[in-house]
Amino acid sequence: MIPLARSATSWRPTTYAGLLAALLAMVGLVLASLVSILSVTTTRADAVATLCLPQPNVSGCISGTVGNRTTPVEGADVSLLDKDGTEIDKITTEADGKFSFEVKEAGAYYLRVDPESLPDDLEIIPPAAKFQGPDGSIKVNAKLGKLTSPALEVRNKDYQSGGKGFGSEIVQSIAQGLRLGLLLALASIGLSLIYGTTGLSNFAHAEQVTLGGMMGYLFCNVLGLNLWLGVVIVTLVCAGSGFLQDMVIWKPLRRRGLGLTQMMIVTIGLSLAAQYCFQMFVGASQQKVVVENLDVFTLGPITLTKLSLVAMAISLVAVGLVGYVLIYTRVGQATRAVSDNPALAAASGIDVDRIVRGVWTVAAGLAGLGGILYALVVSNGIRWDTGMQILLLLFAAVTLGGLGTAFGAFVGAIIIGLVVELAGPLGAPGDLKYAVALAILILLLLVRPQGLLGRAVRVG
Amino acid sequence: MDQIFAILNATVSEAIAPATAGVAIAVIGLNLHFGFTGLLNIGQAGFMLLGAYGMAISVVQGVPMFFAVLIGLGLAILFATILGAPTLKLRGDYLAIVTISAAEIIRYVGRLAQFEKCEWSWCKKGTDFTGGSQGITSSTFTTPFKSISFFGDGAWTLSPFNYTSLGGSTAVRVLGLLVFLALVVGTVFFVRARRAAAARSWTDRLVVAVLVVLSVATLLFVFPQTMSRTQTDGWWVRAVAWTLVAVSTIVVLLLVRSPWGRLLRGIREDEEAMRSLGKNVFAVKMQALIIGGLFGALGGMVYVLASSVQADSLGRQITFFAYTALLIGGAASIFGPVLGTVIFYSARILIREAARTYVPNSILSDNQAQAFSFVVVGVILMLIVIFRPQGILGNKRELRFHV
Repeated sequence: MIPLARSATSWRPTTYAGLLAALLAMVGLVLASLVSILSVTTTRADAVATLCLPQPNVSGCISGTVGNRTTPVEGADVSLLDKDGTEIDKITTEADGKFSFEVKEAGAYYLRVDPESLPDDLEIIPPAAKFQGPDGSIKVNAKLGKLTSPALEVRNKDYQSGGKGFGSEIVQSIAQGLRLGLLLALASIGLSLIYGTTGLSNFAHAEQVTLGGMMGYLFCNVLGLNLWLGVVIVTLVCAGSGFLQDMVIWKPLRRRGLGLTQMMIVTIGLSLAAQYCFQMFVGASQQKVVVENLDVFTLGPITLTKLSLVAMAISLVAVGLVGYVLIYTRVGQATRAVSDNPALAAASGIDVDRIVRGVWTVAAGLAGLGGILYALVVSNGIRWDTGMQILLLLFAAVTLGGLGTAFGAFVGAIIIGLVVELAGPLGAPGDLKYAVALAILILLLLVRPQGLLGRAVRVG
Repeated sequence: MDQIFAILNATVSEAIAPATAGVAIAVIGLNLHFGFTGLLNIGQAGFMLLGAYGMAISVVQGVPMFFAVLIGLGLAILFATILGAPTLKLRGDYLAIVTISAAEIIRYVGRLAQFEKCEWSWCKKGTDFTGGSQGITSSTFTTPFKSISFFGDGAWTLSPFNYTSLGGSTAVRVLGLLVFLALVVGTVFFVRARRAAAARSWTDRLVVAVLVVLSVATLLFVFPQTMSRTQTDGWWVRAVAWTLVAVSTIVVLLLVRSPWGRLLRGIREDEEAMRSLGKNVFAVKMQALIIGGLFGALGGMVYVLASSVQADSLGRQITFFAYTALLIGGAASIFGPVLGTVIFYSARILIREAARTYVPNSILSDNQAQAFSFVVVGVILMLIVIFRPQGILGNKRELRFHV
């Protein structure tokens, strides 16, 4: 048999320790100075003055926020016009930027924000052509018994000419990229460890990420637990799910001698089932983990929520911990041995099943932690398919770094995070930023199939 | 009783839908990849989407139908070559990751607002290009397809001889349903009995074919389907779609029985052995990838004919469904893909409609019933792979591939 590429790592602790240190230093530079100033305070938004509750067949609601949740616009005059352009109602937003109208008839309405009432440097982002109404208004289709939330986001007027400055936009993207990369790293290290120790490409790993976000929604939003307590509980619950999964599904299947390809298809089935379970129980809409507005932190051109910085720090600590355990402890040594050659590891007295069980537990826990943090700071909520959207980024990160190498996955995740966030300012429109990451992956496979940190062996 | 008939009617209607036929063709291609050659292609939806875009955009730009189809197929060949060249020399996982990534790239690009309308000098300005996330509606590209129809106008019922001809009472329908069940059970027992006997003769095959045709006829007798002859979602599309399914099945049958087909199986079982026999494994894998991809593109064209070319409707889900269908029917079998797809699509509708009708809305709303049907699909996929990896028609000995 050809040695599989999952054993393609030469684990030289010093190299990796050095590499890890360098990366820690790099990311730490951005973080270290900031974390100290931090106290994550979240202010509960004031209750909306006119709360609108849609009633079936009686009334519908049109409500939303001027600006977005992190930067709402105060004092904007929002008018509701009927389809002939007659003003029906008018609201001036308060500090939370929220507006809300009740309508008694379904049909088309127009929303107009008075440009004069906006701060001088801001303008409303024009909607897609078919939603554009007369005089810069936005067309809204209201339905009875439904809440319609049109997007009234703002941007800098000189947005097109790069008003923020191309340079500072790049810096901001780098910060966001590091954030995305660190959170991806949490999930992809687990994916890589599972691949390393069992040879399985786990397509259901993304659902572990979603599970983390969903659990966060359950504990922090529905049950109203303290956020940090919630994060700890979510991580533990997700780790437990990994433990159970290995006990109920994967270990019996390994015992049966089910081939890796078949196992991979089982993970695809599990991923489908899990996704739609989420959709069944939580619905298809986006759910917030915390309902409060998040404080923003600004340093030069970089604007991030303070929570982002904490999330990045947590992620770094978790990754560092995994790295430390892998390199310096006996369990870590055993894990690496199983990764290199399971049969030989078993022969030298390592309980392979126990190690694999541990890997599943840790991997699911890390993914869950990544999931709740991702829902908190990147995607601003969790949806049934949030995980699926980043699944390919995870695979790209793992493959980029070298299949089955934990540190490769970390490096790969950071690179993918940066690529995804930098693709926008460098000219890739819309969702194409994800496509750019995948294209880079394919190109890399052309020249270096073993990945960045994998050792060149024959694969196939 | 009426409720049950309504549910079953929806199921039958889904079973013969053009979308089902389209996926069936794509699954036939996937079977060539995964079942016969052992190539783990998780980007079949990408092939489908390319085929659909290739044909639809060409037609909108005024290319004749025949050449539009060729353009779609040509794109699939190009796609397969680009994907295969770097990965077919590597272990199977790489092909898997690259195909799924490439399929997603196509979907992302197709959704881009920049490509929504045609704004370049080489195409008709202002016409739909990819249509962005809304997609290209079928009315803009199916006119040439409908114009070659010789089915005439108006509506038509299949089958013309149905339960209403015999008075239309419930008893007749129940009786017909029982006959259908008896025929299916009979077919299963016959096939099993003859499979035990080593050699299968032509008469056996004829008997099975007659039994299958009779069951389908009985089903349509109980659940007659009325549709327009030529309009968008009518009989013309269905006739073409299922003819293509039949043709694809026959082509694959001939291919895998050829010396080339034996090469495929050899590669699936032991690539090194094939190499040591002096075969060009890389070239053969590439040929398999291209041919399977052509079926994928063809399936994509059929899939969109009755609906619209929309990037998101041909995403990863479709590939996963295709795998489920393939494994239900039986990988590396000839009729498995078609049987699996029909069972997969109709069973999902059956589950959904039954859940909507019989489970009160307070427990499962309509949307939840839809989600529930997908959960069942996922669980079935897992259970099949674990407990009956050969599916319904497959041969367990054919499934020892290790990609």
